[in-house]
Amino acid sequence: MAEGAAASRGGLGKALPLLAPAYLWLTVAIFLPLSAMVFFSFMTDLPLTGKPWAFTLGNYAAFFSQSLYLTLLLASLRLGLEVTLWCVVIGYPAAYVLAKVLKGRSREAIFLLVILPFWSNGLVRIFSWAMVLREGGILDAALNAVLPFKINIDLMYSYPAVIIGLVHSYVPYMVLTCYLTLQAIDDSLIEAGRSLGASRLQVLKRVIIPLSMPGLVAGAALIFVPVVGSFMEPRILGGRTGTFYGTVIEDQFVAVFNWPLGAALSFILLAVVLVILAVASPVLRRAA
Amino acid sequence: MRMPRLTALLTATAVFTTALTLAASAAEVHVLNWKGYGADEPWAIAAFEKATGNKVVNDFFNSEQEMLTKLRTNPGLYDVVMINAAFNDQAMSEKLIQPIDTSKLPNYADISKDKAGSPMLDHDGKVYGVPWVWGLTALAINEKSFDKPPTSIAEMWDPAHKGRVVIRDDAVEAVQFGAIATGQNINDIKDMDAVKTKLTSLMPQIKTFWSSENDWNQMVASNQIDIGTYWSGSADRAKTHFKLPVSLVIPQEGAVAWLDAFSIPVGSKNVAGAEAFINYMIDPKFYVEWVTKVGAPVSANTKAVEALPEDAFNRKVMGDPDVAKRIQFQAPITDAQREAYLALWQQLKVDVK
Repeated sequence: MAEGAAASRGGLGKALPLLAPAYLWLTVAIFLPLSAMVFFSFMTDLPLTGKPWAFTLGNYAAFFSQSLYLTLLLASLRLGLEVTLWCVVIGYPAAYVLAKVLKGRSREAIFLLVILPFWSNGLVRIFSWAMVLREGGILDAALNAVLPFKINIDLMYSYPAVIIGLVHSYVPYMVLTCYLTLQAIDDSLIEAGRSLGASRLQVLKRVIIPLSMPGLVAGAALIFVPVVGSFMEPRILGGRTGTFYGTVIEDQFVAVFNWPLGAALSFILLAVVLVILAVASPVLRRAA
Repeated sequence: MRMPRLTALLTATAVFTTALTLAASAAEVHVLNWKGYGADEPWAIAAFEKATGNKVVNDFFNSEQEMLTKLRTNPGLYDVVMINAAFNDQAMSEKLIQPIDTSKLPNYADISKDKAGSPMLDHDGKVYGVPWVWGLTALAINEKSFDKPPTSIAEMWDPAHKGRVVIRDDAVEAVQFGAIATGQNINDIKDMDAVKTKLTSLMPQIKTFWSSENDWNQMVASNQIDIGTYWSGSADRAKTHFKLPVSLVIPQEGAVAWLDAFSIPVGSKNVAGAEAFINYMIDPKFYVEWVTKVGAPVSANTKAVEALPEDAFNRKVMGDPDVAKRIQFQAPITDAQREAYLALWQQLKVDVK
């Protein structure tokens, strides 16, 4: 008993130099600023502004006293769900093809294309979409050049434009996480299913999807959380429909310099997202 | 033995560093302003440094609140700060800026009397801000969409322009625009409900909310908009500098005018340098070069405006006495008003979703 404890302590002692950099980094770069933000969210005014300040719950009360924050939060959650759904629809088949169909060179090439968006700056991507989606833009001009009849495509400054921009930015997460789990599925399991008389659809439903569920869940969580708080894509692509929970938080920090309210709104978002993930986790774990 | 030596060393270092800092700051002028707003033009800085021997160090802010915060948290760092006249009173009452001895500024005498005597800048007979430039938040049109320029603000509500109207994403600007559209005084809005109703009916017309000059110019260049709120200086820049089909419209109902002024923060280490810099900023020579090379708002210095060509926009249109009658200068806004405007604006943006 005592020996075991000593051994584990020794193990921790040895592991400490390896763990220390990561934990030090987490403490300095994430934990400290985040706790400062928690602190700010309970203040009437930022101490940095040099004005007198006091502790208050008013910033959190503001969320509940005005219906607009709740409306926006629901709109953002819906946006998160829709974007995640589209990422699954687009990303999962691509991941399957990458993992099971393509081999060698062609797989590398396609893989490169999938993760290419990661290598470009987010703003550049969005402004490229702006050029494509607007009336008289690349999509409009190209379709009208090909089609015999005249159509008018002006997706810019609309809700679909926000979805397109966000799906484009986040679909690689889904492809990567699903690819990893799909690749780990033993081909002989699929062959066994087929040889025992299962149709392709049955194999997909009974073997492939259940086994790749951890990747789907991880991808969905990776996408849903940042999309709910996104502000850049809605602001640039959404036009007058581009007001979301994230843009209101950004306004508090950038435009009106009300950090306490911005921080409080952020933590409410964090709490809501955590609750959603907590509620969903038993379901997801069973599925996975 | 060791400790005293270490202390001595530290003291020596500290003294030395302080001496260095003092020596350096004596010839430095720290300027706080919007980015890309005249005071950081490389040719201007070079000319000023050559003429006076002072070195200019620029720092920038992204909102008036940030500017005030920088002044509060860095006492003694800045020598010159550009403050919108509507915020001058707040800066003065918080003791962030000091009175300016205008006798040290030879160009001050040429500043138009109505600007120099503005009650927003002068308190108890002391001058806390030197008027620099002024401009309008009015309307601008895409010339391709109009045979002749409209004269009324009601054009923004014309169903013919549905989906081709823009307005800036700024609560104060939007509410004051609504006040003008409902025939009210922008500094004393009596009927807020009328403003809200008017703006609510504008929302379905809107294509997007612009936030930078670049947004506006891009949308005109790709012919996506007909009309929208715009700043006079930016409209001028879009036309002369970027050769876009943009022209400014000062509607008969009026327009919002703002005045930008330079102040000297309390604790400035180089007041003489600051005075020299402000004097240079209101100099006709600098102004003409700024307008020609970059495009600028209207100088508060009458001699500077007179130095422009007769048909220059800033002289012909903005100097028109008829225009002067229509415009309303922005007065200070309280924090409570600002929050109320923001709440209204956010609600409008949510309702239109």
